[in-house]
Amino acid sequence: MQHKTISGPATSRRTFLGAAIGAGFVLGSSGLWSPAAAQDTPKRGGVLRLGLDGGQTTDVLDPGTYSGSVLFTAAFCWGDRLVTTDPATGEALPSLAESWTTSADAKVWTFRLRKDVRFHDGSAFTVADAVQTLKRHSDANSKSAALGLLSDIERIEDQGGDLVITLSNASADLPLLLTDYHLQIQKNGGLDDPADVTGTGPYKLESYEPGVRIAFSRNEHDWNPDRGYVDSVEILVMNDSTARIAALSSGKVHFINSLDPKTMGLLSRAPNVQTISTKGKGFYSFLMHGDTAPFDNNDLRMALKLAVDRQEMLDKILGGYGTLGNDYPVNEAYALAPTGIEQRVYDPDQAAFYYKKSGHSGPIVLRTSEAAFTGAVDAAVLFQASAKRAGITLEIRREPDDGYWSNVWNVAPFCASYWGGRPTQDLRYTTTQLSSGPWNDTRFKNADFDRMLFEARAETDEDKRRALYHDMAVLVRDTSGLILPVFNNYLNASSTKLKGWVDDIGNDLSNGQVACRVWFDT
Amino acid sequence: MPARIIGRLLLSFVLLWASSVLIFGGIEVLPGDFATTYLGQSATPQAIANIRLELGLDRPVVTRYLGWLAGIAQGDFGRSWASGQPIAEQLGHRLGNSLLLAAAAAVIAVPLAVGLGIVAVIFRDRLIDRLINILSLAAVSLPEFFIAYLLILVLVVQHPVAAFPATIYGGMSLFEKLHTIALPVATLVLVCIAHMMRMTRAALLNVLSTPYMETATLKGLSRLRAIFVHATPNALAPIINVVALNLAYLVVGVVVVEVVFVYPGMGQYMVDAVTVRDLPVVQACGLVFAAIYIALNMIADVLSILVNPRLRHPR
Repeated sequence: MQHKTISGPATSRRTFLGAAIGAGFVLGSSGLWSPAAAQDTPKRGGVLRLGLDGGQTTDVLDPGTYSGSVLFTAAFCWGDRLVTTDPATGEALPSLAESWTTSADAKVWTFRLRKDVRFHDGSAFTVADAVQTLKRHSDANSKSAALGLLSDIERIEDQGGDLVITLSNASADLPLLLTDYHLQIQKNGGLDDPADVTGTGPYKLESYEPGVRIAFSRNEHDWNPDRGYVDSVEILVMNDSTARIAALSSGKVHFINSLDPKTMGLLSRAPNVQTISTKGKGFYSFLMHGDTAPFDNNDLRMALKLAVDRQEMLDKILGGYGTLGNDYPVNEAYALAPTGIEQRVYDPDQAAFYYKKSGHSGPIVLRTSEAAFTGAVDAAVLFQASAKRAGITLEIRREPDDGYWSNVWNVAPFCASYWGGRPTQDLRYTTTQLSSGPWNDTRFKNADFDRMLFEARAETDEDKRRALYHDMAVLVRDTSGLILPVFNNYLNASSTKLKGWVDDIGNDLSNGQVACRVWFDT
Repeated sequence: MPARIIGRLLLSFVLLWASSVLIFGGIEVLPGDFATTYLGQSATPQAIANIRLELGLDRPVVTRYLGWLAGIAQGDFGRSWASGQPIAEQLGHRLGNSLLLAAAAAVIAVPLAVGLGIVAVIFRDRLIDRLINILSLAAVSLPEFFIAYLLILVLVVQHPVAAFPATIYGGMSLFEKLHTIALPVATLVLVCIAHMMRMTRAALLNVLSTPYMETATLKGLSRLRAIFVHATPNALAPIINVVALNLAYLVVGVVVVEVVFVYPGMGQYMVDAVTVRDLPVVQACGLVFAAIYIALNMIADVLSILVNPRLRHPR
């Protein structure tokens, strides 16, 4: 399922890094702290082994098909995008494109590309490769997961050595769209063989066994000296969480992902292991179809929103590794995120008031499954209990994990679900809140909202954009069918020998670039 | 006797054909469709029709079944719907891995189980017999994943002596592979040893209670000679059968062990295919599993005939 991929940026501040900085200030004032820069000079060498959840035997190397953590991480080993993002702010930064300009109406974008870059096979990277890559992903018949992002592209051309992209609808976010992890530049755009991952990234592919193992060796001629510190990278597909933890604690791998909040505390006590909690754009939610009775009544929707005990869910389902949600799908990990919107809290009295006002009676069926998110069944039971105190009866129906995304999500009128992040607020709302959005899973249809969304997309004035996004968030919070109790953190763990991890608000796994950024302190 | 063996062989082929019908038919009536699973919510009727056409799902069931069967007869399992790669190649790798794991476990487990069974009979009702019984029953009573986690905890986390994860891949030497798979092999040995040991013990005791064994004892044969020369050959048939069953389990039933030890075997391959409704892969795996099961049982039958003097020399 394409949308259930890892395409979601994440906010930063790993807990242990935060603690380290705090400690640094204290020690620094007492004169015991050695200069951080001296300690933080990356060392080269070593074999980096990652034990990752999220790989299958059906995986193929064509970047247009990537989903799941394993290929997400592999993509940044072999490839480069034209544009990358700042880990802390999420702003677009140069990568293979060294600079760019746009026309006043944000419709024509000109990218100047680097001239000193070579592919793994030694051939030079040219503007033609970039043109072909974008054409392959944006072709109407393309099966690329990035096709939706590129639907507004009208023309992609090589104009005097520069890449020029003409849009049919203005977008101030185009450079950010090009940071999507599917858009790794391939030689001749991968037209000869989509699965040929001869790229420009810090590591060259050595061997690939789908669902088992991917091995890379260092690209000695990498154009970017500030990455790719280890000699070789091995990604082992480990879909069993106990196996991942055993492999990390015994030192067989140096990094694992997808930790259960319940094991974070235990693991952090293990020697030689550090846990990493990174704020994210992903969230857990309950979705009501706004066009289906009884959820077509905003009073009932409001009653249910007020009947969730968000703090309890954060504490018990996420073990505290997350942040409270406010019923709109955006948090401060997004650029231009709205501020000053009052946090909705659990209020059984108000919930009961709205429930009475809605005139509804009888049990409301809530469908759930562990497939929706880790702990979704428990979360539904908590919801049932907190709603009961407001006089609302929820009937929990547990659905099979297998087939949940085709049979329940976006089909049943009230169910548990999750989303990863999107690169921009615009994409977040376009995917799920736009009336005609491809996955409008709350059936939110609001002409004012649609108008503001398009207005914000074409607006180049930041303050005006910010104001529009604020109003859109309030509209979604108060009228849509989205119940969003918590944003979940991304939970990883690594060997203490591993340094250089960067909290990246882009996405999990240091925005996929964990293998490019870390190094061994030996 | 040759007629009996040929009869068994023919029966095996009939069985294999019947299971191919069952597998194909069973998957045909399964709910859930690849096209809709693959396309997710963007599934328009046109897109579904396109995919079905591309995969040939518009043709009648019987035509597709015959085409599939004809392909397999020539060693062509078709292409995976999800990855577009030929199945035979992947299947070959995975089957090789599964067979390696099963063979390594069997080479240890079968002699060990039969030997322990004989030892238990020799020391019947004494301390050694009880110890063997208690330990093997304890091992079989624990779920396989629990044994696996225990082994990991003790031999990987607390005393790092064993290799982990047991992921083997191309480019490893046989010795490296065997070193890597030590823990899953140990798990499987522990899981399947009790069954074979108990059957060996029971079959031997059964034979030992017969009049001719009494004669053997009375004419002054040593107990060991009586057991090895006179009793064991007559107890072989049931032992062979239970060994065959366990060998089949070692190949087709170890998906849990594969997952825990991150071992790239057939079970994991099939489960991955089921989750994405990659039916050609599911069918191919199902058929290979059926073939292994049938083949092992056939070999057991033939061996039972061969070791049974009454069947070997019919009057």
